[in-house]
Amino acid sequence: MLKYLFAKNEDIPAGSSALFFGFSAIVWFVIGTGLGSFNAAKLAFPDFVTGNEFFAFGHMRQVHVMAVIFGWISLAFAMAMMYITPALGNTKLWSEKLGLWNCMLWNVGLTLALTLLWAGVSSGREYSDFPWPIDLYIAFCIFIPLGVNVWMTVINRRTQGIYTTNWFFAAATFLVIIVFLVGNAPEFFHLTGLTEAYLTWWFAHNVLGLWITPVAAAIAYYTIPKITGNPLYSHRIGHLHFWSIVVFYSTPAAHHLMSAPLPEWLKSFASVEGVLILVPAIAFVSNILLTMQGKWHMFVENLETRFTITGILMAIPLNMQGGFQQTRAINWYVHATGWMVAHAHLALLGFSTFLEVAAVYFGMQTILKRKLYSLALGNIHFWLLLIGFTTYWVSMTIAGLIQGAGKIYEVPYIDVVIVEHPYMIARWLGGTMVFTGNVLWLYNMWMTAREGTVIPEGRMAHELAYER
Amino acid sequence: MAFREYKIGARMFAVCLGGSMIITLLFPSITVAKSTSSDVALDKSFYAGHESGFSLEDPFLLGWNKPLKVTLKVDPKTQQPMEQKTVYVYQPGTSFPASIIHPRIFGKGIEELSLQQGRVGEAKRESGAVFGFAKGAFEGQEYSYVENLTATKGWAPADVMRVAKDEDVLHAGAGKTMFVREGCWWCHTMLPEETQDWQVFGAPPMLGDFNAESPTAFGSDRKGPDLLHVGSRNSSREWMMLHFFNPRLVQPHSIMPRFDYLWGEKDANGQKIDFDKWRAEYIEYRDGKRVNPPEVPAYGKDSEIRYLIDWIMSLK
Repeated sequence: MLKYLFAKNEDIPAGSSALFFGFSAIVWFVIGTGLGSFNAAKLAFPDFVTGNEFFAFGHMRQVHVMAVIFGWISLAFAMAMMYITPALGNTKLWSEKLGLWNCMLWNVGLTLALTLLWAGVSSGREYSDFPWPIDLYIAFCIFIPLGVNVWMTVINRRTQGIYTTNWFFAAATFLVIIVFLVGNAPEFFHLTGLTEAYLTWWFAHNVLGLWITPVAAAIAYYTIPKITGNPLYSHRIGHLHFWSIVVFYSTPAAHHLMSAPLPEWLKSFASVEGVLILVPAIAFVSNILLTMQGKWHMFVENLETRFTITGILMAIPLNMQGGFQQTRAINWYVHATGWMVAHAHLALLGFSTFLEVAAVYFGMQTILKRKLYSLALGNIHFWLLLIGFTTYWVSMTIAGLIQGAGKIYEVPYIDVVIVEHPYMIARWLGGTMVFTGNVLWLYNMWMTAREGTVIPEGRMAHELAYER
Repeated sequence: MAFREYKIGARMFAVCLGGSMIITLLFPSITVAKSTSSDVALDKSFYAGHESGFSLEDPFLLGWNKPLKVTLKVDPKTQQPMEQKTVYVYQPGTSFPASIIHPRIFGKGIEELSLQQGRVGEAKRESGAVFGFAKGAFEGQEYSYVENLTATKGWAPADVMRVAKDEDVLHAGAGKTMFVREGCWWCHTMLPEETQDWQVFGAPPMLGDFNAESPTAFGSDRKGPDLLHVGSRNSSREWMMLHFFNPRLVQPHSIMPRFDYLWGEKDANGQKIDFDKWRAEYIEYRDGKRVNPPEVPAYGKDSEIRYLIDWIMSLK
């Protein structure tokens, strides 16, 4: 990578930035899930590694969250943008050099940011924990260069129209910059009180709704048609998805604070808009599943399709939960319980991660022009992720329902803690399986780059998956 | 982007996003800006100071640049006993709360009273100030307002600290910073919910309870009890001390981490704390080889755990 940072743009091989983004993403995924597993162990066994503030739960929990969101997920998004945007524009990436610099600045900045966060340098605001100089760095050195590269590639395309995926990429990179600059306004301008509380959740909601969800969906709009060879079922439904994301997903931030003293009209409005998130969700899921017509055998046979479709199928319970758990009728029971933790993992580890993993698998093989080193390891990775996640989700959902019952029946809190203990152990086991799967993945990808079978010109990696 | 469709699309995008920003950012901020600080908000914002999270004045969240909450029993000028009064001491250089910098945050009546009767506009950061609360009426309605005691009574921060005993001083502002830094809010919410929840954890907060507070740190993932009113449920410093050193001493089933590292190097008597010995003896106790657990060292008066417990004691 270093030798390309100061090379001429023309001399940098196409796909270089996607490659570095891809490997960085996997490394951050290993780090992020490793931290998650360690944190879960501390919840099950509180005296596991104790007496040192750097291994205290309160110092590590947010590092796990930020490492998976801004390390794994966002870097995998950048990887996907670096190879999908030009592919769909029938052109080259606008600047590989900018992409490589972006990747370098991203890794350096995130390492610094997470080190500070680990030491306790926090703004005290959930999901926008980074202190404001880091927020500015993320906006100006990470997301703006990424956006410029995507927008310029779209503008310099050699196709007439713009495919669905690229609308989402171009819009989401713009939106995430806005979200970072507006959502961190309480830190930039020292806004206080309920304004701060509300904007904290405005940020948290929109970073999910206007960055993670649409980009993950955009990736599936590319990978499924590309790998199955079926055209997208409906561009019209894609339009509906896109516009309903912009309108319905950008508005319900207040539903995260249903029990805070925000204006009642705002909570009711947010709650209604929150249910309307089902519009883009249903549009997206049905569009992708209908694209699979006639190719369902690939769900079994093809690794990337299996990852993507599993992610899409998980979007169904995800959005059913998301649409209704924020209404007052349900929120009073499940708010601030393990149910929400399970839901957050269903969104980020279930739905979103499975889509990105597929894009990284597919993209890496395409760019490297090498077949996956070991399909068996790939399959083990899939099952470790799926079983690990399911164990986590089921145990945390049950724990959350118990906690909710404890809350409304006014059970002394310690009794809730006692009864949750077995679920905390299950949560740790599930998280550890995910971590183990990712270590295998990193090894598999590394070996693919070094020793994978070279794919002949004009063939696609997945066509050769079962050939020796 | 030469297509007409894209021009229409870009404009539609601007309208949709702009509309959603107006509804979700502008409208709520109008309602929130009209709120009037409650007594709770006044107390919280004046003991916490300008900012409890990251700030350039306290970049590593060590409790720098924070005020002190002092219970005065002696008049700092005349040295005569007086009726007990809570004051907030901002040493020279300490940043003022957002509401002193922008008095609009107080809300209408309090803003007028604090500026005119309380003379908060005269407070200077360079020379420090002592604030207290008083009652007054504005347009026929009674409010608690903020009084700049340095201006109205001539009490300089140094005068107050000269007559205040250490047990009357709460490092609550530094303590809230410890709460943010140590991530207590990852497991303890600060928001009793508006359902049966509040019968155990106390009254849910009201609209004006947060003015000038930053960060509010409500928390969203409860793995321990809500703490908004914890000081009313349990006001024993002794219990807090044991519980922070090792929660399993007072609650065998607790999953809270140990915060023994907040004691620092030395105990209240200036003796070095032997953590390894303590932990070894605790394991013997846990395994049934000792009848009593080892003694928890008393914390020093400038230890971080003292700050944290001082803050917990202010959570009424």
